[in-house]
Amino acid sequence: MNELLLGLADDELVIGWRDSEWTGIAPMLEEDVAFSSIAQNEIGHARAVYQLLSDDADALAFDRALDDYRCAPLVELCLLDWAHAIARRWLYEVADEIRITALMGELPLAAKINREEAYHRMHAEMWHERLRDEPRFRTAVAELWPYALGVLPPEQRDALSARVGLPIVDAFERGTHTDELAPLWEEMTVVRRSAPAGAQW
Amino acid sequence: MTAEQVWAAFDEIPDPEIPVVSLVDLGVIRSVDVQNGRVHVEFTPTFLGCPALEAMVRAIEGKVGELGAEAEVEVVNDDSWSTDKITAAGREKLREAGFAPPAPRLVQLQSQVHRCPYCGSTETKLENLFGPTPCRSLRYCASCRQPFEQFKTI
Repeated sequence: MNELLLGLADDELVIGWRDSEWTGIAPMLEEDVAFSSIAQNEIGHARAVYQLLSDDADALAFDRALDDYRCAPLVELCLLDWAHAIARRWLYEVADEIRITALMGELPLAAKINREEAYHRMHAEMWHERLRDEPRFRTAVAELWPYALGVLPPEQRDALSARVGLPIVDAFERGTHTDELAPLWEEMTVVRRSAPAGAQW
Repeated sequence: MTAEQVWAAFDEIPDPEIPVVSLVDLGVIRSVDVQNGRVHVEFTPTFLGCPALEAMVRAIEGKVGELGAEAEVEVVNDDSWSTDKITAAGREKLREAGFAPPAPRLVQLQSQVHRCPYCGSTETKLENLFGPTPCRSLRYCASCRQPFEQFKTI
């Protein structure tokens, strides 16, 4: 259970970080606001789950070595192409809904997270409706599909496959990292690594 | 000191981001228990990414301190808070300040009607699901031509 929750929290932290990369450079002002707000929510969810796992959520979030992060490769990718960014948002939200709703019975926090995620899903579905027949978007979904499967454990992948309409293939599994995580880890952890011992936050 | 006095004092703590409503109006204080000069408070956060959560906890501790007692704030991250916990008085204060209050969840699930807080018209349209804070969407009223902020129903 803790391993699963750590993976979930790391996914939310890292996708929050990646989504925030659109702040100020999204193609429409509304999307600057949307991506920033979604990023803020996702990082808030990460914090709440880290707090379940540790008395020091910041330490758990930022003091681990790179290889100890349990995020799925999907969230690590730096995607500064709009079609890919939206394709990931949509795939991630569909996968995350399957995972979160499965946890709601045993974890009250999951039900709370699910309330907020409803708005992320509306945003993702709105863009999916708009772009679903566009070749650039379809290519992006196809490229990211093996990564999206890796967000979920094998027993939940059939549900994802049915929702997305693509067949099960070999996934990019959690536990291995892409090359894109290292520069992000440097950025995420630099403040804590450079602070003097005993710094208060 | 009684629990009623503590509740009354908490009703004077403004929400850090929407100061027209108090923490009591917002429904985030789940319980207050006073024993031997110690005040145990159960606090349920609104939106998990809300940066005001820590400020709220500090304000609760400060307010109990002003009453001459020590606070023990327990942050309860379960699913007990929803926008349905905002009080009737809180909804009216939001509306007066130009924030459309969140519709009750059951109503919202059945209808997509959103009323303008200025003129009361339901001829409004969504401009952006997301706004300046996690709890707000942006809408536009076609009747009085005012943009307004809609407190999200969660």
